[in-house]
Amino acid sequence: MNTTRTLQVPDATSVAMDYLKNDAEDHGELVTLNVGPSHPATHGVLRLKLVIDGEEIVSCDPIIGYLHRGMEKIAENCHYNQYVAYTDRFDYLAPMSNNIAYACAVEKLMGWELPERGQAIRVLCCELSRISSCFLGTGVYAMDTGAMTAFLYAFEEKEKVHNLYEQICGARFTSSYTRIGGMTRDLPKGIEKQILEFCDSALRTVDEMEKLLLHNKIFIDRLVGVGVITKQMALDCGMTGNNLRASGVKRDLRKTNPYLGYEKYEFDVPVAEEGDCYARFQVRMEEIRQSVRIIRQVIATLPGGPICVQTDKGILPDKKDAMQNIEELIRQFMVTTQSVNAPVGQVYFAAENPKGELGFFLDSKGGGIANRLKMRSPSYCTLSILPKLLPGHLVSDVGAILGSFDFVQGECDR
Amino acid sequence: MEHNVLASILANGCDSACCGMWFYLIVTILKLVLVFAVILAFVVLSVWIERRVAGWIQDRPGPNRAGIPLHLFQRFGSKEEQPCKKLLHFFGVPQDCWIAKLFRWLKLDREIPTFGLMQPCLDGAKLFLKQELTPSYVRKVYFTLAPMLVLGPPLVAAAVIPFASGFSTPLGDVNMCVANLGIGPLWIFAISGLSVYGLTLAGWSSNSKYPFLGGLRATAQLISYEVAMGLSIIPLLMMFGTLNLQSIVQYQADNGWTLLPLWGEGLTWERWFMMLPMLISFVVFVTCVFAEANRTPFDMAECETDLVGGYHSEYSSMKFASFFMGEYAAMVIGSALVVTLFLGGWSIGFGADAALHNWCDWFAVICQFVMFLIKLVAFIFFFVWVRWTLPRFRWDQVMKLGWLVFLEVTVANIFLTAAIIYFIN
Repeated sequence: MNTTRTLQVPDATSVAMDYLKNDAEDHGELVTLNVGPSHPATHGVLRLKLVIDGEEIVSCDPIIGYLHRGMEKIAENCHYNQYVAYTDRFDYLAPMSNNIAYACAVEKLMGWELPERGQAIRVLCCELSRISSCFLGTGVYAMDTGAMTAFLYAFEEKEKVHNLYEQICGARFTSSYTRIGGMTRDLPKGIEKQILEFCDSALRTVDEMEKLLLHNKIFIDRLVGVGVITKQMALDCGMTGNNLRASGVKRDLRKTNPYLGYEKYEFDVPVAEEGDCYARFQVRMEEIRQSVRIIRQVIATLPGGPICVQTDKGILPDKKDAMQNIEELIRQFMVTTQSVNAPVGQVYFAAENPKGELGFFLDSKGGGIANRLKMRSPSYCTLSILPKLLPGHLVSDVGAILGSFDFVQGECDR
Repeated sequence: MEHNVLASILANGCDSACCGMWFYLIVTILKLVLVFAVILAFVVLSVWIERRVAGWIQDRPGPNRAGIPLHLFQRFGSKEEQPCKKLLHFFGVPQDCWIAKLFRWLKLDREIPTFGLMQPCLDGAKLFLKQELTPSYVRKVYFTLAPMLVLGPPLVAAAVIPFASGFSTPLGDVNMCVANLGIGPLWIFAISGLSVYGLTLAGWSSNSKYPFLGGLRATAQLISYEVAMGLSIIPLLMMFGTLNLQSIVQYQADNGWTLLPLWGEGLTWERWFMMLPMLISFVVFVTCVFAEANRTPFDMAECETDLVGGYHSEYSSMKFASFFMGEYAAMVIGSALVVTLFLGGWSIGFGADAALHNWCDWFAVICQFVMFLIKLVAFIFFFVWVRWTLPRFRWDQVMKLGWLVFLEVTVANIFLTAAIIYFIN
């Protein structure tokens, strides 16, 4: 007698592939669209889980952490000086600013004040990296809206900043320029002239990009009124930097609590009231102009003298002295093996970075290693607004809105 | 009629009718091959123009590394160490004079320069040799059909575009247009409208969300811009009074191009008035050609910043290359149509056509063909220029522009033209 036995093959993939039968109901259906982690619009490894109804976004769930490297934990295992090299990797579009912000935080813990020349050089480097970051932010934004050429114009200027970095600190990208209590080296001779030349070309490019984009009907139509962040929303999410200023809050740490002698320089804080993508773009362009203004003032008033803290034993001695003098040799040995000897205590230092307020909270139990380091990264706070902001926009606006935030995943995920 | 011809062949062997038919067939086949070769060559050339012009606009070299290196010949047995240097030495040119410097600047001492023209060819070879990856979850028949449907229509549509005037031989007249149809533009719209099926099928059969959205966008966009495109040339047809593209170009050769009516009767005030609707038509038509060719600022279907690759996200190797070539072929055909309708097609202008024809038919045809190609290249350059200058529209803005602006403008333009023609005559 013939009987039929049905064998069931447990096959998880075939079950998972059931959706291919396309037998779902044919209208009124929401679709989940996965954007990222590797997607042209998400500048790094951000992932968005969008639920869309046609082309309209119903809900958005940003998923971060794809670039998490345990930066805060690493800080508990290495000397203050060693950690400088890790700070390059936070906001890798403006490595100098991170170096400087971190060094300033530790110096605040130590209670050190840099000599005038050291401060001026730091301001110079900060503003150079701000220009580089803002150029990349605006350029990539232009590419997100389809204007490839403006992106390459911007990138050319960014390339020039990297050439200057290379002369200043020896590396194009991962600068690691600062040490606790100073810099690795003084500015090379003749760099001032090159920086001034770069300033001129940067301003030319800004004008060119404004002509290409800001007065372009297509660009205006795409950005005006898109991704509007009100003052309240921005403050609620802890947005800082350009994104906050584009929403009409005039908050710039360089003005409100000046560090590194920023109070000596004259510059405006660009603020826009609208809070839309176009406003953020404009603010960023204006930021480049103000940075150029600061750089010109710094170079005009660049003082001479030492670049490192002179009073304390926490910094490396001159190489020549270390070779001839036993005291200096011991000091060199102590600094390289144990770094600075920090007092017990807690400090919070925040710097106005290109992306916003980058804060370092340091908890020290003494010695050369931090007990705990907590970062306040601007991109993290900026991205937290996405679930509130994106619903109601179209899929095409995702690129425009993400680009307008100018965020960096390295800093967000740490 | 064909029966008659066949009957006469059977009855009389090779008489004049038979000769005429064979002549017609052979000439048509020759024209077909010529048009096909020119279009495909132009697809490659327009890729090259795209890259070169993009490089030029963006302050970078563009493709310039695909020359034929001279050391390649040594591998195949050439004993020559420095051919360029020896050549200069042979003619007694010193190594530091400007000729030698020019030679070095052109890299003639290292390679046979091709000005980057080899780049698209090598790209094609690369795509041809790449692994053909068909994902397991696609609908295979439609997935394979889609690239063909994209590449085919532009090549077919090229049949009605006249690329030179005609000349007569003892065996019969030759019309330099593969199919001299009386419905030229309609044929092009009908055929190129088919390519929307390719994009839709590609998007749908990929069974993936990004291509699906891209396919949907492509469908809506192409269909809505076809309306405006069709309506925008009606004023022209009212002026020309014919749908035959060869006659349209002949009219322009005699009376001045649509956008440059300087010869013929001269620039009378009636013609000045006619320029206004023609200009409106030109702007709308060119914009629609951009939209139909799926190029920035209208590349909604493959808008990379939100849809990754759009409808061709899941395609690889030659299938992807078909989409790629289809897009460029559509661009070439679109340019050819704009040139034919608005910029005088093959006509050299300023009354030179008639003069050349009086002098020598053959030479006139060759000159006109070259003129047509020059205009085509110029317009392709314009295409590329726009692409690398403007940002991209947003999806809903494209639809608004199509239905709320262009449709109204073109309809109003038709009435305007009609009014002008009525009052002038």
